[in-house]
Amino acid sequence: MSGSTIIFYLLAALTLVSAVLAVTTRMIFRAAIYLLFSLIGIAGIYFWLQYEFIAAVQIVVYVGGIVVLIIFSIFLTQQAGEKLPKQKPGRQLFSALAAFCGLALVMLQLAQHIFVSTGKTAIEPTVTNIGNQMLGVDDNGYALPFEVVSILLLAALIGCIVIALKTKPNGIMNKEQGISNNEGSGF
Amino acid sequence: MIEPGLYHLLFISTALFFIGVYGFFTRRNLVTMLMSVELILNSVNLNFIAFNKYLWPDRLDGVFFTIFIIAIAAAEAAVAIAIIINLYRSHRSIDVENTEGMKF
Amino acid sequence: MLNATYIALIPLLPLAGFLLLGIFGRKYFKNTSGIIGTTLLLISTLLALYTAYGYFFEYGKVDGIYQKLVPLKYTWLEFSKAVSIDMGIIIDPISVMMLVVVTFVSLMVHIYSLGYMKGDERFPTYYAFLGLFTFSMLGLVVSSNIFQIYIFWELVGVSSFLLIGYYYDKPSAVAACKKAFIVTRFADVGFLIGILILSFYSGTLDFNTLIATLTSPESNGYKNAVAASFLGVSALTWGLVLVFVGGAGKSAMFPLHIWLPDAMEGPTPVSALIHAATMVVAGVFLVARLFPVFAISSPGALGIVGFVGAASALIAAIIACTQTDIKRVLAYSTMSQIGYMMFALGVSKYGGEEGLGYTASMFHLFTHAMFKALLFLSAGAVIHFIHSNEMKDMGGLRKYLPITHITFLIACLAIAGVPSFVGFFSKEEILLAAYQHNPTIYWIALITSGLTAFYMFRLYFSIFWNKEHHPHGEHHGEGGFAMMMPLALLAIGAAASGFIPFGDFVSSDGTRLETEFHLQFSIAPVVLGLTGIFIAMWMYKTQNNKPDKVAASLSGLYKAAYHKFYIDEIYVFITQKIIFNFIGRPAAWFDKNVVDGLINATGNTTQWISEKIKSFQSGKVQQYAIYFLISVIGLALLFIYVWK
Repeated sequence: MSGSTIIFYLLAALTLVSAVLAVTTRMIFRAAIYLLFSLIGIAGIYFWLQYEFIAAVQIVVYVGGIVVLIIFSIFLTQQAGEKLPKQKPGRQLFSALAAFCGLALVMLQLAQHIFVSTGKTAIEPTVTNIGNQMLGVDDNGYALPFEVVSILLLAALIGCIVIALKTKPNGIMNKEQGISNNEGSGF
Repeated sequence: MIEPGLYHLLFISTALFFIGVYGFFTRRNLVTMLMSVELILNSVNLNFIAFNKYLWPDRLDGVFFTIFIIAIAAAEAAVAIAIIINLYRSHRSIDVENTEGMKF
Repeated sequence: MLNATYIALIPLLPLAGFLLLGIFGRKYFKNTSGIIGTTLLLISTLLALYTAYGYFFEYGKVDGIYQKLVPLKYTWLEFSKAVSIDMGIIIDPISVMMLVVVTFVSLMVHIYSLGYMKGDERFPTYYAFLGLFTFSMLGLVVSSNIFQIYIFWELVGVSSFLLIGYYYDKPSAVAACKKAFIVTRFADVGFLIGILILSFYSGTLDFNTLIATLTSPESNGYKNAVAASFLGVSALTWGLVLVFVGGAGKSAMFPLHIWLPDAMEGPTPVSALIHAATMVVAGVFLVARLFPVFAISSPGALGIVGFVGAASALIAAIIACTQTDIKRVLAYSTMSQIGYMMFALGVSKYGGEEGLGYTASMFHLFTHAMFKALLFLSAGAVIHFIHSNEMKDMGGLRKYLPITHITFLIACLAIAGVPSFVGFFSKEEILLAAYQHNPTIYWIALITSGLTAFYMFRLYFSIFWNKEHHPHGEHHGEGGFAMMMPLALLAIGAAASGFIPFGDFVSSDGTRLETEFHLQFSIAPVVLGLTGIFIAMWMYKTQNNKPDKVAASLSGLYKAAYHKFYIDEIYVFITQKIIFNFIGRPAAWFDKNVVDGLINATGNTTQWISEKIKSFQSGKVQQYAIYFLISVIGLALLFIYVWK
């Protein structure tokens, strides 16, 4: 009964309980906060596994970026006040059943499977190692996916702006209507 | 208490996955559906890291996958929020029952 | 010289007339279509006479027996080596005789119509239809193949339909033409089944071969046909009876006679041509054509022919005594005379002296064509003058229509059987044949001949003597040369053709039949005929109330006869109450609910299934996700546990 075991179980409990609360609570802001806790729990598990870099990335991007984004969107769509409407009990029951069936199936298969480790010497997941490999161009290099992801992020960036752009009647998107108003609105 | 190993981590990630799935099926609000999707993605990340640590300790593939998934999840969440905002403007609500337009 | 081309031209010229006038008549030949039709038919008549002369006097007779020649045969539809539908021409005594009769009477009608139908809107169409009819009838009489005769049979029916319904804006005419076509068509079902039975057993459709096979007791066809039986009657008899049913329909024999009186809705020349002289004798012709099979192989069928003919003759004569429309009187008279022809065939046997009935029947056909056409055309002249068909509108017309009066009188004398007129000779032979072979039929025929004289002279006296009823305003003369010339020609025929020794030309087996003149035998019919004439003169020559008193004293019988023995009503009852209710309605219910219902059910089920499937695409994202997960779990279970 070592300390690390206890910490592991605590972190696991935090993650799972927060997740369950996040999907069942009726107040949207609380759901966001429970999500936050769940993600922090996962980051904790990463720390426990001694993958610090990933844990850091998790906290910076997920917790500090995405959850904040979600909270902003809650405000932007003015949902913060009222309670969320309840779903039909039939739907809830059915989904719970389906999810539980899936869980049972996967756990059954996992229990029957023997995982074999390669047993080679471990490589330390330090920043140096990760950085070298990410920009490497040899067999284990991930330079190409790295570049592709960066293009993807660019596309997502532009896409978000275009989608969320407000189209006013004499806005920038309606040039062909012959606007008399030359006010440089928008962009 | 049993020493936590690969199976425990896999249990956590599976449970998290199906909790996310339940939330995706049940929630009526688009933003909360997005939260459920984030839970699913996180469970996958945990899975990758677990396998990397216990089955292939000599390689860093799992780490890279996790990094990329986190990046892409961020981009996808951003685009989703943009869509939700757009939808809110036209429908004045973000109830998923109002988005049934594309049916027979 | 037997020249197949000339003979083939006889029916084809009227066909050409039909096509020419039917297609181009309205536009180009509005006034000349009568002349064109008549000219073509004149050529046909001359060719027919030429053929008759050649056949009867030059080449037809071989060893004293008239041959059945087939100058033209074209295989049209071959089912097997033996069974094929050929289009051919057969030349034998009766077909040549019919060629002459049909073309001559048709020519008379064509000429007559030049005057009668003058000024009619659809003049070219009328002549086109007449051409079609003449073509069909001529084709019928020269058919060498039993299926070919069926084809022309139907064509004749169609022409009759077109001509009865010529005045198509009169509802009664439309009803009449439909009735004629439906009744004859109904009878033709029997004819077709009869054809099938006969051709099945004889193995061929060709007349000569069929007759030969079914009259020789050693042939396989004959043996099979007599061996097979249905309800106790041999198949051969069934076949012949069914063929006779077809003939009875076309010849208006009881009980399929209901169409003939109504067919008088057509123009009078049409009635003269079709419903007196030519089409209605098609049934008699058919029985005559198959006479060897009837007489030799199936006396039972021949007996049926005889009794149906006799019954029709008597019933028609009774009804004719009470009718007031002159065309209807003539229609029933036609039915009665055809009954005579039928039972003459019915009492005849095959060969030599025994075949007297056959010769008598054909002779009566020949003479009947003459005097009946004359009667109808004269009636047409009267109707043309009076503009009405009813006897009560006529009277005393002998002052205004002298030529018509004479011709009508000659025809009445002929039909009554007054000596030296043609009807006397043919009727005397029929009565003789009946007396020799079947006394019952003889007595029926005798009574009928008395009634015939009575009702014909009733008609004559009511029209030309009696008191004048017609309006005095519209007298426009008797009718032009075109109408009077055919009357004169036919009157000469009616008066003179009795002296033709018919037995020299037409007999049941082709040999010469000596017809003698039995003075003692002729006394009874002549006396009866004259009695009938005098009774009619006594009752109808002057205006009096004797007819009403007689009618009152025979009230029940009179009423029944006046209403044509209610046969039409019986038919309506049978069709409406029985056939429609018990067969028609259930069949319609079945068709609408079961057959249609099945198809509708298929459609509705498909629609219902598609509605259910459609609901899969509900537009709800979460539902899609649920289906997705369940399918994945299902597939996973399948792959893990079922298909390892």
